[in-house]
Amino acid sequence: MSLEEARRKKHDKMKRRFFYRSVVLAILVGALLFALISNFNRDKEVYRAGDEAPDFELVQINENNELETVRLSDLRGKGVMLNFWATYCPPCEKEMPYMESLYPKYKDDIEIVAVNLDQSELVIHKFINKHDLTFPVVHDKNNDVMDLYKVKPLPSTFFIDPEGIIVEKVEGALTLEKLEEYFQMIQP
Amino acid sequence: MSGSIAAFYVIGIVLYLIATLFFGNTIRDKKSKEKQNKSGKIGFIITVLGFISHIVYFILRWIAGGHAPVSNMFEFVTFLGISVVLAFIILYLIYRIDILGLFAVPTALVLLAYASMFPTEITPLVPSLQSHWLYLHVITVSIAQGILAISFVTGIIYLLKAVDQSRRSKRTFWLELVMYAIFLVIGFVFSTVLFKALDYSASFAYIENNQSVEVEYHMPPIAGPKEGVALQENQMEPLIETPGWMQGKDAPRKFNTVIWSVIFGTIFYLIARLIMRKRVSAWIQPFLKHIKLDMLDEITYRSVAIGFPLFTLGGLIFAAIWAQIAWDRFWGWDPKEVWALITWFFYAAFLHLRLSRGWHGEKSAWLAVIGFGIIMFNIIVVNLVLAGLHSYA
Amino acid sequence: MNKLKCECGHFNPEGTILCESCGKPIEENQHLDGNDKSKLLNMRYEGSARRSLTYNRTIVDKIWNFFSSVRNGVILIVIALIASGIGTIFPQAMYIPANAPNRDPSVYYEETYGILGKIYYQLGFHELYSSWWYMILIALIGVSLVICSLDRFIPLYRALKIQKPKRHYSFLSRQRLFSETPDFSPEDKKKVVENLKNMRYKIFEQDGQVLAEKNRFSRWGPYVNHIGLIIILIAALLRMTPFMFIDDYVWVREGERKVIPSTDGQYYIENKKFHLEYYDEDDERYKEAMERMGQLVVKNYQTDVVIYKVKGETIPGQEPELEKVTEDAIRMNEPLKFDGYRLYQSGYQENEFSTMTFGIFAANDEEKSFGEFTVDLMSPEETYELENGFKVEISQYFPDYILQDGEPTTQSKFPKNPAFVFRVYPPDSDEPEVSFIGIGRNIDPTGENKYRLGITDFSTHYASGLTVRKDLTLPIFVVGAAIFMIGVIQGMYWQHRRVWINEKEGTLLLAAHTNKNWFGIKRDIEKALEGTEINMVVDQEEEDLEKVEQTATQE
Repeated sequence: MSLEEARRKKHDKMKRRFFYRSVVLAILVGALLFALISNFNRDKEVYRAGDEAPDFELVQINENNELETVRLSDLRGKGVMLNFWATYCPPCEKEMPYMESLYPKYKDDIEIVAVNLDQSELVIHKFINKHDLTFPVVHDKNNDVMDLYKVKPLPSTFFIDPEGIIVEKVEGALTLEKLEEYFQMIQP
Repeated sequence: MSGSIAAFYVIGIVLYLIATLFFGNTIRDKKSKEKQNKSGKIGFIITVLGFISHIVYFILRWIAGGHAPVSNMFEFVTFLGISVVLAFIILYLIYRIDILGLFAVPTALVLLAYASMFPTEITPLVPSLQSHWLYLHVITVSIAQGILAISFVTGIIYLLKAVDQSRRSKRTFWLELVMYAIFLVIGFVFSTVLFKALDYSASFAYIENNQSVEVEYHMPPIAGPKEGVALQENQMEPLIETPGWMQGKDAPRKFNTVIWSVIFGTIFYLIARLIMRKRVSAWIQPFLKHIKLDMLDEITYRSVAIGFPLFTLGGLIFAAIWAQIAWDRFWGWDPKEVWALITWFFYAAFLHLRLSRGWHGEKSAWLAVIGFGIIMFNIIVVNLVLAGLHSYA
Repeated sequence: MNKLKCECGHFNPEGTILCESCGKPIEENQHLDGNDKSKLLNMRYEGSARRSLTYNRTIVDKIWNFFSSVRNGVILIVIALIASGIGTIFPQAMYIPANAPNRDPSVYYEETYGILGKIYYQLGFHELYSSWWYMILIALIGVSLVICSLDRFIPLYRALKIQKPKRHYSFLSRQRLFSETPDFSPEDKKKVVENLKNMRYKIFEQDGQVLAEKNRFSRWGPYVNHIGLIIILIAALLRMTPFMFIDDYVWVREGERKVIPSTDGQYYIENKKFHLEYYDEDDERYKEAMERMGQLVVKNYQTDVVIYKVKGETIPGQEPELEKVTEDAIRMNEPLKFDGYRLYQSGYQENEFSTMTFGIFAANDEEKSFGEFTVDLMSPEETYELENGFKVEISQYFPDYILQDGEPTTQSKFPKNPAFVFRVYPPDSDEPEVSFIGIGRNIDPTGENKYRLGITDFSTHYASGLTVRKDLTLPIFVVGAAIFMIGVIQGMYWQHRRVWINEKEGTLLLAAHTNKNWFGIKRDIEKALEGTEINMVVDQEEEDLEKVEQTATQE
């Protein structure tokens, strides 16, 4: 073994060792990062602005509206305001008149789908009659759609553009001005 | 407990007491060079008889209750005491060292005395405990802890012999502290027996977690419950209140017991110091002249080597399987679970230090003593202070 | 040069402490195992070249070496141990009692534990076990586990594979058990070898030099158990992905059928009945204990359920066609398993009404009844017509009545405290009488009603709380735990024993090594030497100890 050869061999070995150790360390660090990131993202798997709104179909129960069922994918081409509400939620009740007041004006471009989460239909009818609502109200009796959209506080509203993409998610009640602003965002 | 079950239970305890006297006799004749002498043999036979008596107690109570008697604190701690005896019997058969009996059997007795602090009736099993995993989990953990207790015993003997008592040092201080702790335990046993004999009773009502609960004291209440109301006439007025952060079941009563134990333990310790006129550990040292240090070290290691895998199996693996079945998660960071993990971590460190870094002899002995301290912490403090899923009883 | 040539002709890797082949100590490396300071050789890793001890050039090497040290590993374990203990000082956020006055952690800790509780909360110790630093700590232990094992297993494996029966004198004489027998008979040597063979020692012989070896596999125990632990850590990592692990909760009322959450709407559950059973108060076995506790003890929580699977493709909200998967009872300790999911009995509520029956009475005469009607509180009708011509209309329904700012309203959709505003139409009348009725409330707003409504009957239902679990990582945990146990037992309960019987210039050199249980190997050798003239090995460590003790007692 010449000195030169030995030196080269040693150098190769060092390189190999460096490579092998780096790979093992990289795998371990990768696993650690994965753990930290998944832990951080826990409970955050919800639909956000930019996601495609998942499809659903529910029976429409507002007698003032002619639709029988509402299927979200059928509403492509129109902007959709997807509003989750319940009769026992005072802020929901507060924003209903605003929705009703804007509905006639935007009716051709935008559909309001008010997903109700009450138990009994009776109370919903009473509520609709009290506020003379004309937009479609669907009854999510089993909370299927609520689970699908991972809705936590009420009211929660999703504004969906004509392509079916969520433009904005709002938790809490809206004012008339805000509502109109969002309507203009999702108009075709 | 019905008559015959209680009888076998008490007979076992009495036999252990007698056996201890015989084991004590073995160190008195210092001249005999033999490893084993007659007195030790008799002590061992009596211990085995006591153990058999407790096995009978165990079986009878199982039959009477319809489930293995390991379901509440009384039953669990009792079984732990029996396990220490079992572990002693096994290791005595291997190594034939009498001194082991002199320390191990009293350790078992102290555990049995601690058990008597809890209500002794047979309790019905709540739904979460109705599983065969209860038996597997508790029995394996107890036996493992019993064997680990032997490593504590040999660790203590090792330290008593090996620590240089001719001058004051950190080591003598800590060892003396361990001795003091042992006196506290003796104080506990004494106060329990004393007040039981006097048939003392006092009771209080107090608020815990927004619920009114009652607690019955069997010792004069130095520490009463927080904002407790006395329920009996002429009962002693508590001198202090139990702090609110003590959350376990009947925490005020247990806290009060601790205070009495400290009082009696300290008195006994001071008396001992007055009589001996030196550190207790220094006084004991000459009695241990003929014991081989490496033999003690070997037993310490052996018992950890047997106890650690058993503890892993019972305290972590079986526990996890059962928790998965009963509580839908195999691990939940409940205080008892965490302390089991800490115990496991500790003995894992013990083994690594020993096998990989050569911590033999005295270092190993210190670790064995600390390890058993952690186990006792899990049994006593976790149940007394920290409430959790395991605070049944 | 990175190879060290021993006088026996073997080339050792750099950092070798004892020649892999003959065991001769390699002069310049003796400090690595502390052999330079002791009479006996440190045999822990056979004096093999643990790379970590030698290379320390790049940053990668430095990190590697940090984790390769058992000392650092133990330090990490001790830190984890202390941190875990800290987490038990006060209950973790998830164990804040359900009946605490305020369960918000930011309030609870300070309120219950004072200033210490506040500090505890502010340091984030209330969620210690899912904190980033605790996870990093556990991960670091994992890293140390991997690197320590790699760094020790490979050279140890090499050393035990390469070892030769012939050992260097300085190796043999510095073993803990050693003896020399100058004039020995070859028959005796043969006999000893034969005896060892009978004790299930494997005999390796080369040029008259003998190595008897037993239970080498126990040396792999630590590495096997570390593999088990690594598998457990990997399982814990996989558990963080929703694909492998699902954890959800569902409340189902008796008679209700609903979708099981986190199953992509593919499964439905129907609660047929919930059972809550208590131990018999007069049960002789437990009478004493129950008297002391002063309360009944629950014997069984059970939900009888039917599980359905959705047939065909549906989208959420559509009424699907269902196919029965299974019908079974869920009890505590007896979860229901179906298609990879598990349902656990974990709670119940009995605070909802299912029906209420009202009677119509004369306002001035309690005894006079005009009939009854029953309202299904989950889905009430608009009107109820009685046979005798009475008609009752529901004007308002408050399932969970509360008076807020003077306004009657409901706090939830669940019939926990139902209240109604009824319009009662007497026969042949268009003029309704209004009355408000709820539990403990019966108001006649006008004060002129001729008829009075009263609750005559009601029924309640249980709601059963079930945990929904899917955990594909369980088998991995089980495999990891099993491998760990096998490794521990393999390493702890068997001992690697070696006896060298070498000849050097007509002297028989007898040396032995075991990784634990020296009494055992001494017994073995005693038995092997029985009836021969060969000298029994001397325990050189014990000799040392005795010397120390003697000097200690002399003082």
